[in-house]
Amino acid sequence: MKLTLEIWRQEDAASKGAMQTYEIDEVSEDMSFLEMLDVLNEQLNSQGDEPIAFDSDCREGICGMCGLMINGEAHGPEVTTTCQLHMRSFKDGDTITIEPWRASAFPVMKDLCVDRGSLDRMIQQGGYISVNTGSAPEAHSVPVPRDHAVRAFTAAACISCGACVAACPNGSAQLFVGAKITHLGELPQGQPERDQRVVDMVAQHDHEGFGGCTNIGQCTAACPKEIPLDVISQLNKDLRTALRHGL
Amino acid sequence: MALSGLIFIGYVLLHMYGNLKAFAGHDSFNEYAEHLRTFGEPILPRGGLLWMVRAVLIMAVLTHVYASMTLWRRAQNARPVKYARKKRTGAIWASGFMRWGGLALLLFIVWHLLHFTIAKINPAGGATNDPFNLMVDSFDVWWMTAIYLAAMLALGAHIHHGFWSACQTLGLTNTARSRGRAKRVSLTLAVVVAVGFSLVPLAVVAGVIEK
Repeated sequence: MKLTLEIWRQEDAASKGAMQTYEIDEVSEDMSFLEMLDVLNEQLNSQGDEPIAFDSDCREGICGMCGLMINGEAHGPEVTTTCQLHMRSFKDGDTITIEPWRASAFPVMKDLCVDRGSLDRMIQQGGYISVNTGSAPEAHSVPVPRDHAVRAFTAAACISCGACVAACPNGSAQLFVGAKITHLGELPQGQPERDQRVVDMVAQHDHEGFGGCTNIGQCTAACPKEIPLDVISQLNKDLRTALRHGL
Repeated sequence: MALSGLIFIGYVLLHMYGNLKAFAGHDSFNEYAEHLRTFGEPILPRGGLLWMVRAVLIMAVLTHVYASMTLWRRAQNARPVKYARKKRTGAIWASGFMRWGGLALLLFIVWHLLHFTIAKINPAGGATNDPFNLMVDSFDVWWMTAIYLAAMLALGAHIHHGFWSACQTLGLTNTARSRGRAKRVSLTLAVVVAVGFSLVPLAVVAGVIEK
């Protein structure tokens, strides 16, 4: 199939970018979206043009490295990551708009690559549990009720791709923070640091310049791992509990 | 945001109940209005309860507007470069109308207070000292009815997203089931309030309620 691509080009973090139009022919519907971009880059290379910079790593939908705003939807029209989106989701003759995640906390480094270090800095503020290193503890020594395990695992499926922030009209990362709060808060190992975790992570969230949540729900619709909105409610509940405990 | 919003929802439900007294006729409506002023006498002075309610509402309005402006400013700063193309996948229509719709409602409330409470404007030119007659005269003017119906549509939309959002902010919707319930209650409240308030002006237009 033949496609028209409107792609954000930006030299580096300091320069001003703009949308540019490209034509691409003979795209197979079996190609992944990133393979289609690879083909376009080969085309650009052979013409002596600068290829388009975009992030990717595993291309299996599990690492969270890739992420593009495709036709106004984070990761495009399917509920999956950009790398697992295939060209069969588009039609011959389509015009596809491709933009980087837009958030002041995700500065554009080049073309479609953004710096998502703000997510890592939030993790550093509490998205972990403190345990002594050494031999692995006996798994059965700490029982976890099944409901808790399932909910923790649902939240733990987050791959930190940043689609929630990209899709949010407020540029908020509450789905991401809520996923960590719920994931660790549902498990016995997460309890000692539970209050401190939510207070510190929310403080870092606001410090990074993410917006506030107004429960619109576009984050959960964009999430390739289908993290439900109730993690944000859990985040609010934990924050209230922590504040009541005097933190 | 959530708590002040819930105060408004509680208030509009009581307000709506009062308005529906219009269907019970001229005297019943005016008696109710008078009773709001004498409520709690002699422990409270005349209009005492009314002023307490007003004080709570004024504080709630200030809180609600301040919180929304803070959120609005944060959202602006969080995304300085806009998308060339952006869809609203996963969002209900009403949720995209909270800020401008909220401002429109604020303007409407100012007008509504001028109309019925502070300045008492009778567009038909009649007397303004009789609450029931002022109401009927007002809704006999087509553009007054149009303003009120449009405002109730905006209020319904605001509650449709607002109530559920408040539940979420208060941390009450931690399961798929409770989330679904909150959304259903939200929609029900929105319809009840919007329709409940609209019944009286529509009944005046239809001639069901007359002086």
